[in-house]
Amino acid sequence: MDKLPDIVRSLPYLLQGALLSIAITVLALISGFLIGLPLALLRVYGNKAASSFAQAYSVVLRGLPSLVVLFILFYGISSVIKIPPFLAGCIALGFCSSAYQMELLRGAIQSVSPGQMLAARALGMTQVQAITAIVLPQALRLAIPSWSNEAAIVIKDSSLVYAVGLAELLRRSQQVAARTYQSFIVYSLCALIYFTMTFVTNRGLDRAEKVFRLPTPMEEAH
Amino acid sequence: MAEMLDFLGKILPELYRGLLTTLQISAVALLLGLLIGIPTAMLRIYGPRWLRWIATAYVELFRGTPLLVQLFVIYYGLPDIARALEGIGVAAPFLVLSQLASAYIALGLNSGAYQAEYLRSAIQAINTGQIMAARALGMSKLQAVTHIVLPQALRLAIPAWSNEVAYMVKYTSVVFVITVPDLLARGQFLISKYYKPMEILLVVGVIYLLVVLGLTSVMNQIEKRTRIPGLHMETERA
Repeated sequence: MDKLPDIVRSLPYLLQGALLSIAITVLALISGFLIGLPLALLRVYGNKAASSFAQAYSVVLRGLPSLVVLFILFYGISSVIKIPPFLAGCIALGFCSSAYQMELLRGAIQSVSPGQMLAARALGMTQVQAITAIVLPQALRLAIPSWSNEAAIVIKDSSLVYAVGLAELLRRSQQVAARTYQSFIVYSLCALIYFTMTFVTNRGLDRAEKVFRLPTPMEEAH
Repeated sequence: MAEMLDFLGKILPELYRGLLTTLQISAVALLLGLLIGIPTAMLRIYGPRWLRWIATAYVELFRGTPLLVQLFVIYYGLPDIARALEGIGVAAPFLVLSQLASAYIALGLNSGAYQAEYLRSAIQAINTGQIMAARALGMSKLQAVTHIVLPQALRLAIPAWSNEVAYMVKYTSVVFVITVPDLLARGQFLISKYYKPMEILLVVGVIYLLVVLGLTSVMNQIEKRTRIPGLHMETERA
């Protein structure tokens, strides 16, 4: 217990680690979205080759442990181009997330009635216009609940970059635990910080879903 | 080509042993998770308020924190508690766990929380009128749950549960950080031995992929076999 002041003094250090974890999560989610959305569109609207490519991508990435993907990409990215390990870690985590984001976006896109696409085309819109102006504004709203799940998962998975040596929350907790010999307290504190982050994310996105929900009930979605 | 096959011949026996460890941990953790998950789900729905609260806290805590952190609390943290207890004269050697035991317990507790959620939504998908009918026929609440609700709920939970099987095989890979010799750890060992990170990681990846896809297709078969004819229509309406 005499180590307690020492742990309290380490708190800012841990919270900075939490900020890094959040930064990793945000960058990973964004890169996962930027990869996942085009793939979801290819899967739904692409020709046979593009659609099966997207499907194969999803099956392979979802069939691999995130840690294995992380190691492969981390080594892969670092050996091809010289970018900071932090960015390599974020992008690798983004690839892990992209396949899951692709699947949830595909589900959302497919739950927008195909009749709307036909109607848009009949009104003279091109397919791209119909997708960007009619389908996506609805699909992205519908995707928020499952996307909030994915965000919470990526926060938790951001702890995996510990294994490639980034000084995020878990790595810093390990340093503090090693210094104070109080593993239980420090790791429990670390767990509490993660819990707070996933909890706030889920609640925040629940609110976002209510704010962005379409005023009219979407019959097609049910 | 011959060189590549030669290399594969050298690394595959080691990876095979790792795979067995991975499968063993997955099986134990899934079973442990089921043993924890069923009572937890029941408590969350039918238990008295304080037990419901404890079950909910357990589920939320384990679903809201990273598995890696849970593993660290159990493997590195519990010995601290044992030491503190020893200080006040209570011996608790069972809190100091081996790497493998920590892996079982961390993954089992983690899976238990998720399995409890799958089962809870399966139980809630069953029409509450069935319990009332069972009670009206003179069954006790416990009888109604074990004879009427659970036989349906366990089958309804199979699709979600079969996903959990694939997830578990993938998630066991985190145990390599506490040096449990699973597939990934053996791969890492081989990387430090031969210094061919990409080649070995790709082989490890292919093995994981084959196992996960194989298990998924087996689980799909089981899903088809155990489907209750006509029941899905009732849950769709609900």
